[in-house]
Amino acid sequence: MKKEAIAPADLEVTQHETIERARYAFDLDRRQFFKLLGGGVLVCACAPSLAGQESGRARRWDHELPREISAWLHVGENGVVTVYTGKAEMGQNIRTSLAQQVAEELRVPVSAIKMVMGDTDLTPWDMGTFGSRTTPTMGPRLREVASTARDVLVTMAAERWHVDAGTLVAADGKVRDPKTRQSLTYGELTRGQQITKLLPEDPSLTPATEWRVAGTPVAKVEGQAFVTGEHKYAADMIRPGMMYGKVLRPTAFNATLASLDTTAAERVPGVKVVRDGNFIGAAGPDQDTAEQAIHAMRAQWKAPAQPSNRELFDYLRKNPDTSEEGFRHEVGSVRLNLPASAKTVSETYTLQYIAHAPLEPRAAMAEWNGDKLTVWTGSQRPFAVADQLAEELRIPRKQVRVIIPDTGSAYGGKHTGECAVEAARLAKAAGKTVRLVWTREEEFTWAYFRPAGVIDIKASVGEDGKVLAWEHDNYNSGPAAIATPYDIPNQRIEFHPVNSPLRQGSYRGLAAPANFFARESAMDELGDLAGVDQLAFRLMNTSDPRLRAVLQAAAGKFGWGKQKNTPQRGFGIAGGLEKGSYVATCAEVEIARPGAPVRITRVVEAFDCGAVVNPNGLRNQIEGAITQGIGGAMFEAIRFENGKILNPHFYEYRVPRFRDLPQIELVLVDRKDIPSAGAGETPNMGLAPAVANAIFAATGARLRSLPLLPQGSLPVKS
Amino acid sequence: MAAIVLLVNGSEHRLELPPDLPLLYALREHLQMTGTKYGCGEGQCGACTVLLDGRPVRSCRTPVSQAAGKKITTIEGLAQGGKLNPVQQAFLEQEAFQCGYCTPGMIMSAVGLLNSNPRPSDEEVVRFMNGNMCRCGTYGRALDAIRQAAREWKAERS
Repeated sequence: MKKEAIAPADLEVTQHETIERARYAFDLDRRQFFKLLGGGVLVCACAPSLAGQESGRARRWDHELPREISAWLHVGENGVVTVYTGKAEMGQNIRTSLAQQVAEELRVPVSAIKMVMGDTDLTPWDMGTFGSRTTPTMGPRLREVASTARDVLVTMAAERWHVDAGTLVAADGKVRDPKTRQSLTYGELTRGQQITKLLPEDPSLTPATEWRVAGTPVAKVEGQAFVTGEHKYAADMIRPGMMYGKVLRPTAFNATLASLDTTAAERVPGVKVVRDGNFIGAAGPDQDTAEQAIHAMRAQWKAPAQPSNRELFDYLRKNPDTSEEGFRHEVGSVRLNLPASAKTVSETYTLQYIAHAPLEPRAAMAEWNGDKLTVWTGSQRPFAVADQLAEELRIPRKQVRVIIPDTGSAYGGKHTGECAVEAARLAKAAGKTVRLVWTREEEFTWAYFRPAGVIDIKASVGEDGKVLAWEHDNYNSGPAAIATPYDIPNQRIEFHPVNSPLRQGSYRGLAAPANFFARESAMDELGDLAGVDQLAFRLMNTSDPRLRAVLQAAAGKFGWGKQKNTPQRGFGIAGGLEKGSYVATCAEVEIARPGAPVRITRVVEAFDCGAVVNPNGLRNQIEGAITQGIGGAMFEAIRFENGKILNPHFYEYRVPRFRDLPQIELVLVDRKDIPSAGAGETPNMGLAPAVANAIFAATGARLRSLPLLPQGSLPVKS
Repeated sequence: MAAIVLLVNGSEHRLELPPDLPLLYALREHLQMTGTKYGCGEGQCGACTVLLDGRPVRSCRTPVSQAAGKKITTIEGLAQGGKLNPVQQAFLEQEAFQCGYCTPGMIMSAVGLLNSNPRPSDEEVVRFMNGNMCRCGTYGRALDAIRQAAREWKAERS
């Protein structure tokens, strides 16, 4: 089946995270910019190749801003600092962590900073907010921009006072001369000025060891709007005279329309019915009326026979996608003759499709103003959504503006713009602004899923407890974190792309949770065969100091080895690294008696993502990733049959709730000597294998399929 | 269509609505109060929770005819004179949210809990709040926030 709507190229970009330079559509010139912003100092970050073409005070900036600009910052005459980035906020707290980093370098309070994010008319092009890229890439970029702006301001003060810039101090939004004790605020310095500057080649950054604002638990910016209900998500947007949209969905995937009668729907007062190719929808004066119109339509669909859960894993093995490039890594030779004393594990691990189920479903409000289209939508990729709108509505890209209000979460599930396109099409037909919010059932059915997967591992361990050979074949879930962090002399590791029977795409961590699960389960099986303690086994097989450190930190806080496993209580450990972050997770499970529900009672996780930017935000991310991870580990699974999702509701698709919450304890390894890496994904990777290993430790039952216990308990042995 | 009187946060609204229209739609569309969220429309996620005479209900499953004439409190009506309700304050201080989409419903449920049980045990909080989903996984913080609010709770609010 086709991976419709997510082009394979997008998947590729997402899965391998190559940075692709798209065309840059910004067409404000410098004069317009200052007209918009007022006077002040403007600093732009761009690719190093352009740094030489610095546009100083006297030089004119040509018609267009450089195409490779990735962020800019403006210090206004009123002292307000405005930062422009194409990244989107959806709960990962980057509005705060990025502001903190700007505040740090610019020496202003966080409250002086306004972050303009994810607006394709105002912010520089950005590939999207995913892959834990904001902290390692946008963070340093904004720090450089801010530090450059600070240098400009200090230089301006030095010129005004005829002193050496090196003798001046920037602090608290002011430049001060410690000798004369005179000072000027940034607003006073920039008054009447229009200065633009590109980043110098090597801007100086404040080292993490000297951070005063970055590295501290700054409270979530604009947090109050979330507890008062004032924050407007895309689903909350309202315009006077706005209409409400609804789309007629096919009865199954890949269905084609055999017949359609919209006569009754068109008679519903105030409704505009739209049919354009496959697209059938209605806009009404309120949601209820739009829904009535859709229900009044008589449609017949023809759908082909399609696979179901029952044959899923067999299907994945047998349907390679030869159009997509796989991944192969080989060192040494796994075919060598192993010593007779070596012990071998050869097992298959599987994962079902799961849903992101963001609590804010896909939502968009589309507004046409002549031939210019503006869409407010919840998405991780504003510029990709703008491209998609232009393409699907056949209008020039520069007539499209996409604005991302801080979004009701995504977890990798909101890369695409289908809801935006649908709203825009309805709005065009209705001649009115249209808001479209997907229902929960639509979200569970017509979005895309975390890939299912089959992973074969064959591995051998010697008498001394060293792993000798490792073969890892992943079908469909992906290549993320597929490499082993253990020192194994002979390896063959492959990812085999598959024609997925369901539409699939990015999910928090991509395939890393899948590959972690298979690898750390198989390591546990090897450790068991070798008769070595599971922590010791991992430590004797890795020389990576950061991995060793998190394993030891988690185990230390957990009290690893201090309690014996019993049939009622088991302890498991798992660890690894991905996207520059290291994680180790210890889990304790409780099984009151045979056949009783398996409960995760305690999780201790150690995490190292380099220098911590906001310890409270980081804790929140890790706690959340663990809690969300309980779902994929224990019970979440999409059930499907013949082109239909069988459990597209929360009463059929169980997600973690209050009662599932274990005691969670964290160890943050704050490496101020190492650049900050992202933390939105890697903290979710250790939980499933740690829990599976804990269940084995308690019961001797080795569970090799995610979810581990869709029924909640292990079968009672007869 | 029927003439329906809704008493929302102390204000009276006279509306012409289908009597079976979910209260959620009336609030969000007809009164343009969007603090109350749609999450599932099935009473499963709790994002749409409001108080009816001080008790939490799922507004997506409550027809306007049932809410008519009762005292409806939404997230917009909790803060008094610019001062946050103790539950709001505690959620803010504990940063018991990430994307924040579940937060209004979470707070309304917690206010409903404290209205009926100002000193709940942890077990009671978990049982009462189990119908409020947070997909970001901030339950631990929400629990801390409710504990904090309970310490500051004075009965007969809302």
